[in-house]
Amino acid sequence: MSGKTLFDKVWERNVVAEEREDRPAILHVGLHLIHEVTSPQAFATLAERKLKVRRPDLTLGTIDHSVPTLPAKEGRLAYTTKAAEEQVARLRWNCQEHGIELLDLGDPRRGIVHMVGPELGRTHPGMVVVCGDSHTSTHGAFGALAFGIGTTEVGHVLATQCLFQRKPKTLRVQFEGEVPADVTAKDMALAVIAELGMDGGTGHVIEYAGPAVRGLSMEGRMTLCNLSIEAGARAGMIAPDAVTLAYLQGREGVPADFVSACDEWLSLSTDEDAVFDKEITIDASALQPMVTYGVSPHEAVPASSLVPLPGDLTSASALDYMQLSAGAPISSVPVDRVFVGSCTNGRIEDLRAAAAILRGRKVADGVTMLVVPGSEEVKRNAEAEGLDLVFKEAGAEWREPGCSMCIAMNGDKGEPGQLVVSTSNRNFRGRQGEGVRTVLASPATAAASAVAGFIRDASAIRRRAA
Amino acid sequence: MEAFRTLTSRTFVLPQSNIDTDQIIPARFLTTTGREGLGKYCFHDWRYGQDGEKTDHPLNHSDREAERILVAGDNFGCGSSREHAPWALKAFGFDAVVSTSFGDIFRSNALKNGLLPVQVSPETLTLLMEQPATEVTIDLEDNEIRFGNHVERFETEAFARLCLLEGKDPLGVLLDALPEIEAFEQRAGSMS
Ligand code: SF4
Repeated sequence: MSGKTLFDKVWERNVVAEEREDRPAILHVGLHLIHEVTSPQAFATLAERKLKVRRPDLTLGTIDHSVPTLPAKEGRLAYTTKAAEEQVARLRWNCQEHGIELLDLGDPRRGIVHMVGPELGRTHPGMVVVCGDSHTSTHGAFGALAFGIGTTEVGHVLATQCLFQRKPKTLRVQFEGEVPADVTAKDMALAVIAELGMDGGTGHVIEYAGPAVRGLSMEGRMTLCNLSIEAGARAGMIAPDAVTLAYLQGREGVPADFVSACDEWLSLSTDEDAVFDKEITIDASALQPMVTYGVSPHEAVPASSLVPLPGDLTSASALDYMQLSAGAPISSVPVDRVFVGSCTNGRIEDLRAAAAILRGRKVADGVTMLVVPGSEEVKRNAEAEGLDLVFKEAGAEWREPGCSMCIAMNGDKGEPGQLVVSTSNRNFRGRQGEGVRTVLASPATAAASAVAGFIRDASAIRRRAA
Repeated sequence: MEAFRTLTSRTFVLPQSNIDTDQIIPARFLTTTGREGLGKYCFHDWRYGQDGEKTDHPLNHSDREAERILVAGDNFGCGSSREHAPWALKAFGFDAVVSTSFGDIFRSNALKNGLLPVQVSPETLTLLMEQPATEVTIDLEDNEIRFGNHVERFETEAFARLCLLEGKDPLGVLLDALPEIEAFEQRAGSMS
């Protein structure tokens, strides 16, 4: 018999009842994260059926999607709609009613739902983490099996701490070699999605492996796993190692017996002779900073290349929407707005990378730039390092934590027709506001584009200075 | 849960591939605490211009009573986990979506809301795309989609299929498993 993958090992640890022909497996959830947008209808189901939240201790709430990122004026936050404010109030009420810990507005630990689990040490290797949010895959960076669920399933987990799940297939993405200096986790992720296509990962859990992955910080690993869903995969995973343990050590939510937990976590790695359903290899040393040019994350190319011709991967209508001409250099595309933030790239390392480009430089005339830390912790750390001043001096806006322009539900959005270089995860039509044209990029590329007023990677900006 | 056995209706065709959940219902309409009334936001930005006026998109001319089967390009429902997408499609008047593939979470959400995702071969999809407003029968009891002389079998995850055929609620089945769940938690230690 062949060995086991990281996924197999985590799956086995959490199976309550094995899958049968007529029924999926029952999987136990170690951490259930909830936020204001996808939970109210689930709590309503509980109320209708007179059920309680079974394990409030394994449930954690935060407020992120609908919340304004401008500070309160005279004690009031400027919600875009009354409905958004009510949604937040409803989550607060539901958490109180059921004894669930909520990282409420004003809590120094609040942040985007996929930031707070790791920051508080609540996301552990070997655990199942779910949330009514597709980018739950982020937590796989710790060697957890983490995936997004719908609201009906949120109700299932609230009521039973379990959910039905058919065992997915496995896919290993092996990065060979080391990445060049300017290539970040975001570029690695966009390269994977470009290779797999928008649905190449459907039905699979991805394991990212190889020296370039081992070389990433936890922040980088979270970025990489975060984007797994953009290739259709529900989850991405990375085996826990010394980097994982060093990140978790000393955080609030880690097990009391941290040392023995570590021993157990380190045993979760994929066996040498394990077999995956599918494998791809990517030459990390050949990667370059990437940007998207279409309306799906897989439509990605190096920032230094040309807009591709419509073909198998790209439709003419995508280029039409983006107002880009096939064959034109990407670097000739003017930029209106830049967004640095989100659960993909709203961590301290991301802000440092953007600040490194902006230090001593200015955001180009006619370009507006918004920097939104992913959490209160990131905001505090960034301010302690003086990054907020770097952004402000360069002419960018520094905001309060939240999802902001990643999903543009809170009023932060682009205007119709504007081109936004964004460190978030989706360039779907209208995602950042009606008619907005989104280009996904790393924080360094986003900052370099803000300075140039055109799409640029960081090396192009440094060359200009030299 | 709403049951689904067989459905005979005309099709409505959206030929695009990769129709994501932000197209099905844009995020700014997610600030609701209910499930109801989302039909008006279904494909909102395709159906309405930035001035709020109706566009001439075919969706605005479709017969909502008679065309209850949506036929769409590959990878329908990719993107976010928002269950608002199937809620909006149902409220708009679709009871089934036919495509060659679906986003994983969308498929799972659709099945829980009586919106049947029917995965067909590329050949069958091409036939359906070539003849919009075809009368099609989707038979979940026999696992068949039929139109004209054409018959194709499709697969539906066994448990979801059973729940749909019997109108059975999966939460009830999970609640029945509580003793097993408690035993698991005891075995696994405090699990906190
Ligand atoms: S930042 Fe974007 S992707 Fe992340 S949780 Fe918020 S809306 Fe979702």
